[in-house]
Amino acid sequence: MTPLLELAGVTKRFHAGTPSEAVALRNITLTLAAGDFVTVIGSNGAGKSTLLKTIAGMIAPDAGTISFDGRDITHLPVYRRAATIGRIAQDPGDSTCAAMTIEENLAMAERRGMPRGLRRAVTQTARARFVAALAPIGLGLESRLGIRVVALSGGQRQALALLMATLAGARLLLLDEHLAALDPRTADIVMDLTARVVAERALTTLMVTHKMQDAIRFGNRLIMMHAGAIILDVRDDAKAALTVEALVTRFHEVGSEMTEDRVLLTT
Amino acid sequence: MAQFQALVLNMFEQGFLFAFLGLGVLITFRFFRFPDLTAEGSYPLGGAVAAALLVEGIDPFLASFAAAGAGAVAGTITALIHTKLRINNIIAGIIAMTALYSINLRVMGKANVPLLNTPTVFSETVDGLNRFGFNLHDNVYTTIPIALVLLVAAAVLLVWFFATDLGLAVRATGQNETMIASLGVDTDRTKMVGLALSNAFIAFSGALVAQNHGFADIGMGIGILVTGAAAVLIGEAIFGDRTVAWWVLAAICGTVIYRLLVALALRVGLQPVDLRLVTAVLLLLALTVPRWRVRVLK
Ligand SMILES: Nc1ncnc2c1ncn2[C@@H]1O[C@H](COP(=O)(O)OP(=O)(O)OP(=O)(O)O)[C@@H](O)[C@H]1O
Ligand SMILES: [Mg+2]
Repeated sequence: MTPLLELAGVTKRFHAGTPSEAVALRNITLTLAAGDFVTVIGSNGAGKSTLLKTIAGMIAPDAGTISFDGRDITHLPVYRRAATIGRIAQDPGDSTCAAMTIEENLAMAERRGMPRGLRRAVTQTARARFVAALAPIGLGLESRLGIRVVALSGGQRQALALLMATLAGARLLLLDEHLAALDPRTADIVMDLTARVVAERALTTLMVTHKMQDAIRFGNRLIMMHAGAIILDVRDDAKAALTVEALVTRFHEVGSEMTEDRVLLTT
Repeated sequence: MAQFQALVLNMFEQGFLFAFLGLGVLITFRFFRFPDLTAEGSYPLGGAVAAALLVEGIDPFLASFAAAGAGAVAGTITALIHTKLRINNIIAGIIAMTALYSINLRVMGKANVPLLNTPTVFSETVDGLNRFGFNLHDNVYTTIPIALVLLVAAAVLLVWFFATDLGLAVRATGQNETMIASLGVDTDRTKMVGLALSNAFIAFSGALVAQNHGFADIGMGIGILVTGAAAVLIGEAIFGDRTVAWWVLAAICGTVIYRLLVALALRVGLQPVDLRLVTAVLLLLALTVPRWRVRVLK
């Protein structure tokens, strides 16, 4: 079976050749099978966001290739990858359109990757679909289709963003600290929703998080990044056996030794 | 009393003709959030194309729609300069505006083309109606309803367009480009659609104003972007910010009110040379008064 996503030797430097050069991705090789739910952890500046943005097409790698479902997508612009890749960023303002209504946002998301013409975007049947999609979230958004997204709380916006990312077509979901701006209770609600949606739609997922408990609790695989490299990659039983303490210890180790090797954690 | 009547008639006549400009500026200034300086060239381009065709004996409606088409081409070129050559959108507009100055002169052949003896969309409509037994004259009383009918059609077209899949994508491009691109929209294309539509409206306004004023002039576009922006901002200051239909209505009413304020300024003794100063003050007021209103309500 071909993997869904394959990165081979992906490297990205910012400000190459200047004193402020930063190596954000160092020869990354990563393969995701369809259905993998991978949590991504790592210190600030480790390269997590750059990894997700490179997969989404927002950043062009300096070297290496990215293939999706067996097809080389390394040089495709964002909009030509969007049919199958959904992404949510940390800032609730980034993944929805504030000045437009909930139903307009959902209508745009429903046409993910499809041609857009002069068809009326928000029809009565579309509204019925949106209500059906929003109701299970349990935030009451289904009765507020016509209000503008700017009037929603951060948590409501991220929940909407999640729906928009998964409503149509997407097979790969990229979550870049999508809970970081939310209060703990709301973060838990949106995290549960995330797990539910990922399971229901059998989405292959990369989720960056700074919450170790979430990284351990959710998904079937965990990777740790440091200085642009993947330094830890555990899955299934080994992942289930991870503890927050073990991860924190590991964090501190790499903090001093700057290893570039991929180390498998043994318990 | 007669003076007051003339003032009101002038306000509606000029307001409705310039409202197409307001609608065009609304698209770039409000939806795309940047002042598109192409307007300074596409507005006289509309006048120039219409005038050149009218002088050749072309049907006024055909000439006016051709003017709108020329405006769409101008907007498309600005969009291409911005997206394909990666030049800042304001600079792209300045480049287009500069090039259009020469093009407009070429189109007209001289700096001013009088249109006093050619038919216009207004005279043509009046003649057409008179053939059905009306007894109308080509004056301000017929120009106002004719302009209003065209304006309502334009407003309906805009509101309809911005509720379609493509229209939503165009709006989102101005609000959150990263997000709409991540939903699969080629934002180079939506920018082109938005700028083409905007400049088509602006050129159409230029064509109508030229026909109403009886001439097209190379200088007719100077300061026109600020005029359009003032109209949009006055509309928004009064009407607030709600739906697309509301924005369209606000832009139209804003233009009419702007014309009224300009006429009043002249009435209280200011000279035409002072009008730019008046416009600047109005712009400032439109930008700051809504803030005071919020503070007072709080
Ligand atoms: N646009 C950019 N220009 C210059 N340098 C950048 C840019 N984006 C990222 N970097 C650098 O690349 C490195 C990786 O950054 P990245 O944002 O991927 O880290 P991260 O793991 O997401 O960190 P955080 O946990 O703080 O979000 C950092 O050294 C950062 O300074
Ligand atoms: Mg990050």
